[in-house]
Amino acid sequence: MYNFEFEKPETVADAVAALAPEDAQALGGGQTLIPTLKQRLASPTTLVSLKGIAEMQGVCKGDDGSICIGGATNHATVAAEAGDYPALAETAAHIGDPAVRNRGTIGGSLANNDPSACYPAAALASGATIVTNSREIAADDYFQGMFTTALEDGEIVTEVRFPVPEKANYQKFVQPASRFALVGVFVAKYSDGVRVAITGASNDGVFRWAEAEAALTANFAPEALDGLSLSGDDMISDLHGTGAYRAHLCNVITKRAVTAAA
Amino acid sequence: MTQVNMTVNGKAASGDVEGRTLLSSFLRDQLKLTGTHVGCDTSQCGACVVHVDGVAVKSCTMLAAEADGADVATIEGQANPDGSLNVIQQAFQDHHGLQCGFCTPGMVMSTAALLKGNPKPSEAEVRAYLEGNICRCTGYHNIVKAIMAASGQDVGAIAAE
Repeated sequence: MYNFEFEKPETVADAVAALAPEDAQALGGGQTLIPTLKQRLASPTTLVSLKGIAEMQGVCKGDDGSICIGGATNHATVAAEAGDYPALAETAAHIGDPAVRNRGTIGGSLANNDPSACYPAAALASGATIVTNSREIAADDYFQGMFTTALEDGEIVTEVRFPVPEKANYQKFVQPASRFALVGVFVAKYSDGVRVAITGASNDGVFRWAEAEAALTANFAPEALDGLSLSGDDMISDLHGTGAYRAHLCNVITKRAVTAAA
Repeated sequence: MTQVNMTVNGKAASGDVEGRTLLSSFLRDQLKLTGTHVGCDTSQCGACVVHVDGVAVKSCTMLAAEADGADVATIEGQANPDGSLNVIQQAFQDHHGLQCGFCTPGMVMSTAALLKGNPKPSEAEVRAYLEGNICRCTGYHNIVKAIMAASGQDVGAIAAE
């Protein structure tokens, strides 16, 4: 790992100032970034830890009933305290392993937008709002492809707001060695329709499956998905599975999520 | 270089570190607490698990600077005050929960974290909790037995599958 300066501001304003230099980089829990630095795939001159910012910690309930999670809140805390949105708490409880969940943060996961991460599926399927130091971004506008988001340089995810659905579930088909999602599907049923977000499968990162959403909005049952299929052409193909295999899994895992949620 | 100060196994510890110094490196190289092992250095194996402010973390994937001001517990602080093995360590010995022993510090620290939050875990909960601790010798069965025994539960029903 190349060396860098370490800073740990206590306010969002101080963090934004510390991130102003071009080669400064925000550090959430470090569960992806530190391994990345070890491989010398990144070489920031300054790392700005967001863990010392009290206002970015914790889970609370908004006036409209939504669940608000501070950007620096770790997965274990979400698992323990987001019980008002059980599928979200359950998703957090199965990210990585226990030690990783004690460090990794929701803001870090969403800022990184790993194509196999769990939280992007939860945020997109929930129509969450990603709140930053300067604006609010709808999940539909936020995710812009593998490792790519609407965030500007130096912009910090300070909070994520999740509207709580009537029913929801996340199912993850894990790659057995890494335990990352080979395909993960988050299904959320709201009064105005069903949203389905899929992670792990696409070369473009997390995406919504519009055809399945329409079918499930009409009939929230696994058989509503019979005959629906996605193309494997733009899916990730690697030694763990071809694009066609992942495309097939999308239907199977979506059905499992609907079964579990219904 | 910046100075970090923390409490390690109940004693004040401090040292000068670079920004990039890992907590595992600080513990091993500067404090000479080499019981914390570095197996993979990619946050997969869990041999480096320590407790920071009461929760299990992988010390190879945390910066020493991030632990400034924290209360850190390592395997060196786990034995009873008289030097005898604590309940978890003794159970690992009694049930042959180790062979080469390389993963054992992390296993013991993860077990301590598990039992703190869940004093009587089921076998399935034990196996799920150990997802981030890799052992290449035992096949896990005797580790699971040791953890069930350490939590005061009957291990007779746990067969070596």
